[in-house]
Amino acid sequence: MWQIVKLFARQGILTEPAPVPRLEEAVEAGRIQAEVLAVLGRALAIRQVDAGSCNGCELEIQAVGNPYYNLEGLGMRFVASPRHADLLLVTGPVSRNMEQALRRTWEAVPEPKLVVAIGDCACDGGIFGESYASRGRVANVIPVDVTVPGCPPPPLEILRGILAAVRRTR
Amino acid sequence: MSARPRHVDRAGWVAAAESADRLVALWGVDRRPQGGFAACAAYVRKGALEWVDLDLGAGGAYPDLSRFFPHAVRMQRAAFDLVGVRAEGASDERPWLDHGAWGSRFPLRFDATPADGAARDYPFVRVEGEGVHEIPVGPVHAGIIEPGHFRFSVVGEKVLRLEERLGYTHKGIERRFTELEPLEARRLAGRVSGDSTVAYAWAYCQALEAAAGVQAPPRAAWLRALALERERVANHLGDLGALGNDAALAVGLAHFSRLRETWQRRSREAFGHRLMMDFVAPGGVAAEPGTVQLVAIADDCDALEREVRELRTLYDEHAGLQDRFVTTGRVTPALAAQLGLTGLAARASGQPIDLRVERPAGPYAALGVRIATQRNGDVAARVNVRFDEVFESLRLIREICARLPGGPVRAPCAVPDTSAAMSAVEGWRGEVLVALELAGGRIRRCHLHDPSWQNWPVLEHAVIGNIVPDFPLINKSFNLSYSGHDL
Repeated sequence: MWQIVKLFARQGILTEPAPVPRLEEAVEAGRIQAEVLAVLGRALAIRQVDAGSCNGCELEIQAVGNPYYNLEGLGMRFVASPRHADLLLVTGPVSRNMEQALRRTWEAVPEPKLVVAIGDCACDGGIFGESYASRGRVANVIPVDVTVPGCPPPPLEILRGILAAVRRTR
Repeated sequence: MSARPRHVDRAGWVAAAESADRLVALWGVDRRPQGGFAACAAYVRKGALEWVDLDLGAGGAYPDLSRFFPHAVRMQRAAFDLVGVRAEGASDERPWLDHGAWGSRFPLRFDATPADGAARDYPFVRVEGEGVHEIPVGPVHAGIIEPGHFRFSVVGEKVLRLEERLGYTHKGIERRFTELEPLEARRLAGRVSGDSTVAYAWAYCQALEAAAGVQAPPRAAWLRALALERERVANHLGDLGALGNDAALAVGLAHFSRLRETWQRRSREAFGHRLMMDFVAPGGVAAEPGTVQLVAIADDCDALEREVRELRTLYDEHAGLQDRFVTTGRVTPALAAQLGLTGLAARASGQPIDLRVERPAGPYAALGVRIATQRNGDVAARVNVRFDEVFESLRLIREICARLPGGPVRAPCAVPDTSAAMSAVEGWRGEVLVALELAGGRIRRCHLHDPSWQNWPVLEHAVIGNIVPDFPLINKSFNLSYSGHDL
């Protein structure tokens, strides 16, 4: 136990200031959190769905939870069921084998629901495109509110995309 | 490590299987209209790679390999789904990658026919008996992970049987390869499994170079190894944190994810990308880290080693954590050998399998990799192999930075008109293999093989007798690729 306490004491807090959606003035993390609360009345619950990605985007979405970006410190968290979610974070070109599962997940999210497409494949099909096995971009299957390009987009861009989606609902 | 195809008859096909040390991959090819169908298999024999190619003419059946290698079953099912070549007398002929939702049947045939795209039910094996019930999980999972379906048959909390159903992320990668220019296709190779982008890009480029009779300059080979070892460290750091978290030690995740983040930021600075995507290129590498960055990379290793040693002590001495790790998800060395377990998981079950050691080339021959093995084959063993490999990779990275040869980092690589070669690289998860056939200056067939093909079936055995709540921990300790498997 003392080793864990020692680690905490030595490391301190690494969390960096939260980013802001593009073309908007700088705000502090506290204001973003207030905004999330104003829009949704509580913390933002996110459900991640890999609809056929190469897993590169998953690595960067996981990174959003590390101490540097500290997603949970902004009042957001990943939840285990779409029924608990306000927002879907979808990656990958939508494989035909995942099309039905993605639709069902989307249907299970209560209204009002937001969808953020993460990564080049989710935005426009990416290098995989449309084929016998791929339906291409996420918007071909479910409605998308915000797209975050990149292969994969770095954690800051992912965070920006989530914040942009929350603001759109105001 | 590379090889060229060796054409065999049916007797030669069986003889190759009987005398090989292990089967790496199996796939089908449609060479019509110039030729016929063919079945191909990749083996390791005495540390060397071997590619056997059986012409099937207009027919489409080859002798079943699953009686020699149990893990051939799913590869044979996939070969049928994609090309329509069948294993004679195979016991399991259920579709594997084809869930019925595709727009074409046998999509890797040059004359693939349209399909109705209606998803079909899958006949899972039923376990019957008093008190037995099923728990279906997925394809969408409760976490930031890839999709797949797991069907547990349980009594109370105890798992009697797990049956996996994969293929959900199949996005037509192998057909997409045939539509791309061979030099450009390296970008696609780097996106087969994002966590192994360096390994795949290297294996693809090395196969293309072998087909073209080109060799990457020594400096490029060393820089590729530098990137590959950095990829290994990044993934091990991520897994070590996640494994702590799955056993309720959140502080482990916090610290390892912090270390992984600083590691990825250095990759962004030195290689232009946080995962080092598109760094490896045909003939060499696309960029090179500057002298200042090489010094920083070596310094990072010293700092990281200190921190990981401290965290290892924390893990080792945490009774609650060890209670979850030790004896959980056990694969004995005998079972590992019988089922063809490979890569990191095999080394944790006493199998000394590592291409960097078996057939060292380039920097690996000069540096001498010390293999990390354990004998217990449980979650704890797979954790320990990761710790040991982090330290060994840090040593290799420091040596590479200190002894990096000079010279160019890229050789010209002209695409040959007709040629074929395969190549394998020891990625962080195990051997990543790419077999490439060129015809008329285009890609006729590019088969990519992830070590997850061998290891997914073994996971089904590893969970037998464990409790359902330990499945996420056992699964994470293997951390297999869905995308690399589903293609």
